[in-house]
Amino acid sequence: MMSLTFVAALAAIVPLVLIFYYTISKGITYLSLDFFLAMPKPVGESGGGMANAIVGTLILIGLGGLIGVPVGIMTGTYLSEFGNNKFAVVVRFLTDVLSGIPSIVVGVVAYTMVVVPMKHFSALAGGIALGILMIPTITRTTEEMIKLVPHSLREAGLALGIPKWKTTLAIVLRSAWKGIATGVLLGLSRAAGETAPLLFTALGNRFWSTSIGQPIASLTVYIYDYAKSPFEDWNQQAWTAALVLILLISVLSLLFRIITRSKYKTN
Amino acid sequence: MEIKLSIKNLDAYYGKNKVLKNISLDIPKNKVTAIIGPSGCGKSTFIRCLNRMHEVVGGTIKGSILLDEEDLTKTDPVLLRKRVGMVFQKPNPFPSMSIFNNVAAGLRLNGVKNKKQIIPIVEKCLRQAALWDEVKDNLNDSGANISGGQQQRLCIARTLAVNPEVILMDEPASALDPISTTKIEDLIFELKKDYTIVIVTHNMQQAARVSDNTAFFYLGELIEYSDTKKMFTSPDKQQTEDYIRGRFG
Repeated sequence: MMSLTFVAALAAIVPLVLIFYYTISKGITYLSLDFFLAMPKPVGESGGGMANAIVGTLILIGLGGLIGVPVGIMTGTYLSEFGNNKFAVVVRFLTDVLSGIPSIVVGVVAYTMVVVPMKHFSALAGGIALGILMIPTITRTTEEMIKLVPHSLREAGLALGIPKWKTTLAIVLRSAWKGIATGVLLGLSRAAGETAPLLFTALGNRFWSTSIGQPIASLTVYIYDYAKSPFEDWNQQAWTAALVLILLISVLSLLFRIITRSKYKTN
Repeated sequence: MEIKLSIKNLDAYYGKNKVLKNISLDIPKNKVTAIIGPSGCGKSTFIRCLNRMHEVVGGTIKGSILLDEEDLTKTDPVLLRKRVGMVFQKPNPFPSMSIFNNVAAGLRLNGVKNKKQIIPIVEKCLRQAALWDEVKDNLNDSGANISGGQQQRLCIARTLAVNPEVILMDEPASALDPISTTKIEDLIFELKKDYTIVIVTHNMQQAARVSDNTAFFYLGELIEYSDTKKMFTSPDKQQTEDYIRGRFG
């Protein structure tokens, strides 16, 4: 039994090891400061970087976060603290359904809701699609983390004459803060790695653009375009873009760890 | 003898289940009133009616509870709980806050922002709770990293900080070792000079040591209520005597 589960555990980490091996070995050859600072070269010329796509990805997950983080945290708080009713049961069920909906479908919805009325692709449409995708992850993590806060802390707050909403905010949410941050990070990382919903919302852009009303470049769409292109040089750059995306997410999670690091040593 | 809390014909329910039946008793000011009785007799429910925490878990009541002649069942529960503080059975300091902030929490979250105003109150309350000397050098450590007995005194200091008139204690020493228990009992003795204290306890020796008056509850009814000395030497009711002698419960 033990050897069987051990083999399974080994098999589970093999893909991750392979991912790291390939992205690093193939991506590193092209990795340079230029990749971060330079713009893509015109088609046919080799070299260049992906400055616009790196900034674009950051803008897209930022926009998504502006929607997904507050909505997710507040929904999770509602479900856990005020969710003793039928409405909450429905909301809980629907967020579960939402988390199972393919991301490309969310992209189609954002396309219909935002791109069609605006008559052009935009970072805003991409951000909205990513924001919607973040909501279920953040909602469910927030709810679970808040539920872990002992009931006695809520009672302590109320017994001090602190109103319920303040107890929820300053005591309950604060105690669950670390767990909620992990949920937010998970939501942001998943969004950073999404390609399908961006294809017909943010579209992509070979030029520098930080306007949320215009199409915007992103690492994932670049990886998709470059990896399927016939140019050897672009294929190389796709690997590097993949490596940069992984680095970006790692830096993001490191930042979260530092921000949410507890002031107190646990004993 | 001045009456602080006057309970009249109090019934308490959880849903349809009646857990307190027609309780009437007067709690004197600046005295310690102990509530004793076997598990499930309604002692905790009773004191949770006094700061309306009973309704937080969905309970309902009938009857009236007068705090200084004002019916507290008709006041704002949030304002009431500033006047009637509570210490719980298990120490429950806020783990995400420092020792200092635990004591300051009630003030800060009730709108006192001025740190100059808060610092002396925190020190005073920690001294009153007999904890100052032990924590004065570690005020910025987590409130959860001190011993259980210290945590409970921290919770008492936290309750004192909002300047209540009445302090309810729900078996405050039942999770503590004998030395910490003694400290809490000494503290109760000190605190009654300034506050009216109602303490629920499982421990009859403790009731005898700390209280001035004792009420004996059984199956949701008030069986007997009198001076503690009389209660423990010559109770009126046979049932009380049996319980105190340890024949049941």
